[in-house]
Amino acid sequence: MTLTANQETPPPAVGRAGMKKELPEQFKDYRHVWVFIEVERENIHPVSFELLGEGRKLADKLGVKLAGVVLGPPGDATQQAIAEAFAYGADVAYLVEHPLLADYRNEPFTKALTNLVATYKPEILLLGATTLGRDLAGSVATTLLTGLTADCTELDVDADGSLAATRPTFGGSLLCTIYTLNCRPQMATVRPRVMAMPQRMNKPIGCVIQHGVPMLEEEIVTKVLGFLSDVQSTNSNLAYADVVVGGGLGLGTSENLKLVKNLARVIGAEYGCSRPLVQKGWMPADRQIGQTGKTIRPKLYIAAGISGAIQHRVGVGGADLIVAINTDPNAPIFDFAHLGVVTDAIRFLPALTDVFTHRLSPHSRDKLAN
Amino acid sequence: MHVVVCIKQVPDSAQIRVHPVTNTIMRQGVPTIINPYDLFALEEALRLRDVHGGEVTAVTMGPPMAEDSLRKALTYGADRAVLLTDRYFAGSDTLATSFALSQAIAKIGETFGAPDIVFTGKQTIDGDTAQVGPGIAKRLDLLQLTYVSKICSLDLDAREIKVDRRSEGGTQMLQSRLPCLITMLEGTNEIRRGSLDDALRAARSQIVKWSAADAGIEDLSKCGLRGSPTVVKRVFAPTARVEKAEQITTTDKALSDVADELIVEIFSRQPALEHELAFDASA
Repeated sequence: MTLTANQETPPPAVGRAGMKKELPEQFKDYRHVWVFIEVERENIHPVSFELLGEGRKLADKLGVKLAGVVLGPPGDATQQAIAEAFAYGADVAYLVEHPLLADYRNEPFTKALTNLVATYKPEILLLGATTLGRDLAGSVATTLLTGLTADCTELDVDADGSLAATRPTFGGSLLCTIYTLNCRPQMATVRPRVMAMPQRMNKPIGCVIQHGVPMLEEEIVTKVLGFLSDVQSTNSNLAYADVVVGGGLGLGTSENLKLVKNLARVIGAEYGCSRPLVQKGWMPADRQIGQTGKTIRPKLYIAAGISGAIQHRVGVGGADLIVAINTDPNAPIFDFAHLGVVTDAIRFLPALTDVFTHRLSPHSRDKLAN
Repeated sequence: MHVVVCIKQVPDSAQIRVHPVTNTIMRQGVPTIINPYDLFALEEALRLRDVHGGEVTAVTMGPPMAEDSLRKALTYGADRAVLLTDRYFAGSDTLATSFALSQAIAKIGETFGAPDIVFTGKQTIDGDTAQVGPGIAKRLDLLQLTYVSKICSLDLDAREIKVDRRSEGGTQMLQSRLPCLITMLEGTNEIRRGSLDDALRAARSQIVKWSAADAGIEDLSKCGLRGSPTVVKRVFAPTARVEKAEQITTTDKALSDVADELIVEIFSRQPALEHELAFDASA
């Protein structure tokens, strides 16, 4: 079998001089803001609601409608996703309901979403930067030969109605604002927890547009053989935790991670770490906090023995209160933490854990005694 | 079998510093490395070759100096390296990059045998988009398996592959067919130290260097800035917080007193938190 690269005609090319927008005729009737509602194994990913909140603002600025896009099998979870899309601000919902959309697979999802876009022509299409969202967005954007901006931290509409998508670059030390010129839709992914969660409203179901996409199981090569759910808490809920304790190289050894875990247990927090610890194999990758790990947005973040490289800063910038414990008074973490203690985390964490234990409920003391 | 691995030469982001006054990136002297995520892809490719036989070709698109990363890939044990380099590729976004790489991979297929698997890392540490892998898959009409944590089985005769794939809530077990594109998750294998033989071979090896024309790219409007629908309009430094962290002093104090002081300070700034924590702790 030989591979042949797809050489379809792309949209008219633009150089730097092409910043002036002259949208080709075929894109002129692209309207409205769409948010992909991510449902995987009957769970709606909360990033979908965060995106609806952001999408609402964009749609209001543009004076257009906000739509939620639901792809899924016939059943309660799919209906629930539509109801939730309305509750979080959608005016319209597009639905492709098909048994082949039960488990996420790239082929049928790409086909269904590409088909929807080609039919109903949204101006802006937003997806969560999750494993599913990134897998799907990359395929859809390439199929449609349009621009896709990854992992945005800010979305806005500029004076001429273009989507201005801002994202970190150079490991988070700089931000850049990216435009998609001369192609539609303008696509972007946004990380979970970067946008604030909007208020849920009690709203009756609005207009649902059902769209049929012909698909046959025989045409889909990839089969799902099974699914192993992340059962116990070894798989973290970092992104959505209210309190997080993070450990870094300042902890010295992997054994000292128990100091982080103990504190986290006492205050009911999730725990995570900086990138070097994952590279050393001290903690699994899904507990990494930072640009290439999880973005967190807790009310309280305690960083123990973390120097605060720019990649880490990107991941914790949204925390309400950052407390840093580090021996080095010049560590960059003190530049963005709110409270700092210059001391050895290995010695300080047990003390902090003790004082918290006494300060909090008697129940926690009982629990620790056992 | 023939496995193609896409790698990227990236600045070692751990060593990038921002100028404290001008807030610009200080790139001078920052060493370059192979994108760390790509090493997991390379290792997985080498393992498959070691078991099933065949060849591993490493390919990159980049400036001439990206040759260093390819030579490094050869020292790890890749059999061949192809550098796609041309000024027409400058300024490529992910759509233009996936176009150029897909053309090069097609050409690699014609020249050295069609690949059974194309590997990439899950994303790069400089761009962080995770878009080029899916882009290449779509351009070459390959089946796409992203965030793969394990290759469970590979049957070359039946052209069948089974993998574990990371998803948000767990692990998907997928069965698919060759040829396919796999993006490899980090931490999935341990990267080998190259052998002395490989190091000697790498030093002697010729890197295949292709321009756009060499790779068979006729339409240059699909490359570089011209082929990129996204345009960076503005680059700016994040607004830095003016004040540094307020320090809890530690001199001449027992650590428990420091801890007490810190906790009082935390709860004075986040009054609601104390009740929530007490509730959580008693739950």
